[in-house]
Amino acid sequence: MASLVSLHNVIKRYVRGKQTIEVLHQLDLEVPAAQFLALMGPSGSGKTTLLNLIGGLDRPTSGEIIVAGEHIQNLSSGQLAKWRARHVGFVFQFYNLMPMLSAERNIELPLLLTSLSSAQRKRNVAAALELVGLTSHAKHKPAELSGGQQQRVAIARALIADPTLLVCDEPTGDLDRASAGEILGLLQLLNRDQQKTIVMVTHDQKAADYASRILHVDKGQLIEAAVKSAA
Amino acid sequence: MSVFRQLSAVVGMNLRNLPQRTGASLVIVIGIAGVVAVLVSVLAMAVSFSQTIAGAGSPDRALILSGGALQEAMSSIPRDSVANILDAPGIARDREGRPIAAAEALAQVQVEPKSGGKLINVALRGVASVEPELRPELHLVEGRMFRPGLHELLVGRSLEERYGLGLGSHLEFQSGDWTVVGIFASSRPSTFDSQVLTDAQTLLAAYQRDWFQSITVRLAGPGSLDQLKRALAADPTLHVNAYLESAFAAAQSQALNTVLKWIGYFIGGMMAAGALFGALNSLYASVSSRSVEIATLRAIGFGAGSVVVSVLAEALLLAVGGGLLGALCAWIFFNGHVSSMELSGLQPPIAFAMSVRPDLLTLGIVWACVIGLAGGLLPAIRAARLPVARALNAVV
Repeated sequence: MASLVSLHNVIKRYVRGKQTIEVLHQLDLEVPAAQFLALMGPSGSGKTTLLNLIGGLDRPTSGEIIVAGEHIQNLSSGQLAKWRARHVGFVFQFYNLMPMLSAERNIELPLLLTSLSSAQRKRNVAAALELVGLTSHAKHKPAELSGGQQQRVAIARALIADPTLLVCDEPTGDLDRASAGEILGLLQLLNRDQQKTIVMVTHDQKAADYASRILHVDKGQLIEAAVKSAA
Repeated sequence: MSVFRQLSAVVGMNLRNLPQRTGASLVIVIGIAGVVAVLVSVLAMAVSFSQTIAGAGSPDRALILSGGALQEAMSSIPRDSVANILDAPGIARDREGRPIAAAEALAQVQVEPKSGGKLINVALRGVASVEPELRPELHLVEGRMFRPGLHELLVGRSLEERYGLGLGSHLEFQSGDWTVVGIFASSRPSTFDSQVLTDAQTLLAAYQRDWFQSITVRLAGPGSLDQLKRALAADPTLHVNAYLESAFAAAQSQALNTVLKWIGYFIGGMMAAGALFGALNSLYASVSSRSVEIATLRAIGFGAGSVVVSVLAEALLLAVGGGLLGALCAWIFFNGHVSSMELSGLQPPIAFAMSVRPDLLTLGIVWACVIGLAGGLLPAIRAARLPVARALNAVV
């Protein structure tokens, strides 16, 4: 299967005061389309940095990152923002919902960057709410929802613009076991039924087991841990 | 269309978040309100004072003073020169051919306000009468005209209102007891409202003077001032100068007006600098508290421009709020407030009603917007340059 995400010789260094820290060392990675990839590793191993590079939130110090055919390391900040809007859906550990907006308004946010009409946006939001099982909570604000429900809203927001890639940073890190299972089940469903390519960072082996492929990030290097035939 | 939606969404979210930042927002609003209130009040004082001084002057009247006198109080025109001056061409004449003019004397007196308290300095002007042809803007509103030879006075309405010098009041100064027999008013703000009028000859007799301070004449028409000036200059027995009354009045107030405006702009500027730093600080804090929200929007794909606009919109909204509050305070506390100032040490204070005009309120709100935008610019740029990945990871 063709790669949706390709990283070649990617190096990422941070400068902290007089110190330069190399977080990722000449990293290569291929993620085929419709794969559910889990990135695991201890704190500080560089897994979130890698996720940020794949999602176009950060730039590599050197190397090449190609996502959906675009060399994103060459894009300007504005171009990168537009590219993210078109191709990437983000799911964060703490949901990052806008507290003053209702669930449906939060979900609608990415659609405000498109040319869809208000009626079309409403229809898409209703479909996304149904997909994550929160139709009855459309008018609720984040503070009125449980952690699991908030993460469902965040997933619906990530999916609403039909992105090529879903990037999830510890999506169950703030949830109890039952809610985490529901969220991971939902991600698995999206991967299996809608062929969504998912890259997920987690430190939880049980969460990683939902993925079709697991990679360990250790000291800035990738180590293949498991590839399931189901992928 | 999506750009507009993007902008309105981000701006709307930011503004809806304002109640969560009430304290910091109030710092901006109150700081800017203070600037606008002070600026508008001081400028209103300057403008109203100038208007009052200018209101005593008219473009169809000339004021004749002795040569070298820069103010009416410094002038002295001998009684025997008056007839020669009034014979000069350029002066309008009535049906009987008499010049429409008045030789006037001026004295400074101290009177006790009806309500007690310390003595106040008041200008006592000796005039021919409340001459309708010479000064149509003056009219009696209560009582009657003074009678020549008697110690009778007309009191300007602002003096009457401010110090209670009403009809029947007795004032003690030079040559004994003087009675208020009438109240007069000017149809436009004028220094006359702060003066006391009496018969000129009676005043000269009371003060044992043989000279007037000035002669006010109605000009016959356009070009009459030059004609009058030439005639007065040609007479070697006269040592006087003629001025267009409105220009003379404007020149009198110009220096003080300029000083007051400078004071207004200086104090306003200093306060504006303080308010600007307050706004800067509060908006930096606002951006900092919203860094995850901003980073999330940027991650989703919202542009840096919409973030800049949202911060500037917040700054502008708070600034306009502060501006309106300041303008309202200035209007409530100072519009119509009667104050008094001295044009110079030689003249008694001039009472004037402060007018907080719409143009001054507009100027105050423009200042507020400029402060808000200047204070919001750097935080807006910081918000736009926020490293998205770092801001998002800060929450984890």
